[in-house]
Amino acid sequence: MTQTLIVANGLVAGYAKPVIGPLSFSVGVGEVVGLWGANGCGKSTLLRAIAGNARIFDGDLGRPPGLTLAWQMQQPVRLDEMPLDGHDYLRYAQAHRQAPPNRLAPWLDQRIDTLSGGQFQLLAVWAMLGGQCDLVMLDEPTNNLDPTGEQLLTEMLQSQQGRRAVLLASHERRFLDEACSRILEIGR
Amino acid sequence: MNGDALLDPLFRIPFAAGLLLALALPIVGTLLRLRDEWLAALGLAHLAGASGLVGLAAGIPTVLGAPLGALGGAFVKSFGRFRGNTVYALMILVGWAATLLVAANTALGSAMGHALVEGQLYFAGRAHLAGTLVYVASTLALLPWMIPVLVRTRLFPGLEISDQRSTQRWQLGFDLLVALGMALGTSTLGLMAAFALVFVPPWVAFQRAPHWRACLTMSAGLGILAYVLAFAIALAWDQPFGPTLVAVLIAVAGLTIFQGHVAARRLGPPPVSS
Repeated sequence: MTQTLIVANGLVAGYAKPVIGPLSFSVGVGEVVGLWGANGCGKSTLLRAIAGNARIFDGDLGRPPGLTLAWQMQQPVRLDEMPLDGHDYLRYAQAHRQAPPNRLAPWLDQRIDTLSGGQFQLLAVWAMLGGQCDLVMLDEPTNNLDPTGEQLLTEMLQSQQGRRAVLLASHERRFLDEACSRILEIGR
Repeated sequence: MNGDALLDPLFRIPFAAGLLLALALPIVGTLLRLRDEWLAALGLAHLAGASGLVGLAAGIPTVLGAPLGALGGAFVKSFGRFRGNTVYALMILVGWAATLLVAANTALGSAMGHALVEGQLYFAGRAHLAGTLVYVASTLALLPWMIPVLVRTRLFPGLEISDQRSTQRWQLGFDLLVALGMALGTSTLGLMAAFALVFVPPWVAFQRAPHWRACLTMSAGLGILAYVLAFAIALAWDQPFGPTLVAVLIAVAGLTIFQGHVAARRLGPPPVSS
């Protein structure tokens, strides 16, 4: 039986006032779950609520004690000057659970501020996926990606199915259909 | 030119104290730049200068008085929940006003105020050397644990959620390390010389270094190189140390950046990333 990591029952979350809910769902180990909905429907707010960065107005949100989270926000931190190469970047993210995909290898010797937006996005996603955290949450991970980059991202996420829990928010339904084992529709 | 002064045993202790700071402050500055908090160093230096002078008026040596103001500033910064650079600008203004008012109203303060601004390295004594030795040893010992936490919290804020207390302790520890470094730097090298060591070498290294380890090494190396050159020039030509160090740092930085542009032109444009 799959171990459950996140259980929401009638969850209503937001900031000054409710933004999303009521929602009931669960996420188990080995699942890659997509959150799908139109822009502004509250997908990012739900991720923030799970991370403890949004207010819960009603309902329950259960997570086991000691759960470790890797949460990549919509815009990964990218400074104007970043004197780190790809190896540094993955090392400080503690992304050493798995070797990175071969397609990322040529970028690892470059300073990360010289990478294109798409290359940096894929490296940033791998920084989350390659670590030890129990649950990885990715917010709009297809940002800056061309079709080739989206295909690589899909392969990276498919390789996680059955291995760890991933919760990802996107407004691109076709991408979610290909990358996820299950999809939660928000705002319907 | 007074070449004999370079070999005078009288200057060995000041030289050693400054050299240790020229090693540590650029490394601390590299982390400050990564956190976009380099202005904090100038704010803390001003507070350190002011509290050093206030302490002096009360009969406390600057090497003890300066850290009090800087540590106070570090606590305000850590627990005040200020956003942006406002708190650092306030520190600069408070420190500047207090320094000049104390200097204007006490005879010793006037002399020391000038010394703090100009850089009074040659008056550094055994207390400064002992303080910098302890500071540099502690900094170098803590960095292997501190750097990964500081880099991670800066670049991956979503990764530390499960261990926020430990992260906050390291961040406070770093703030205190910066405060102590700026206090020792200000009382040993002078206000602007200490700030220049925190600001200029990391500024160059952030542009030129191919990776993080090289960035730290280049920062420390530039700091030491500029310090040794400035020490020799200031002694040999009887110049005030602080402005000499700042001028040499800027010259070394300009040359290093120029050399980087020349090397980049020789190699041609970088490959286009897709």
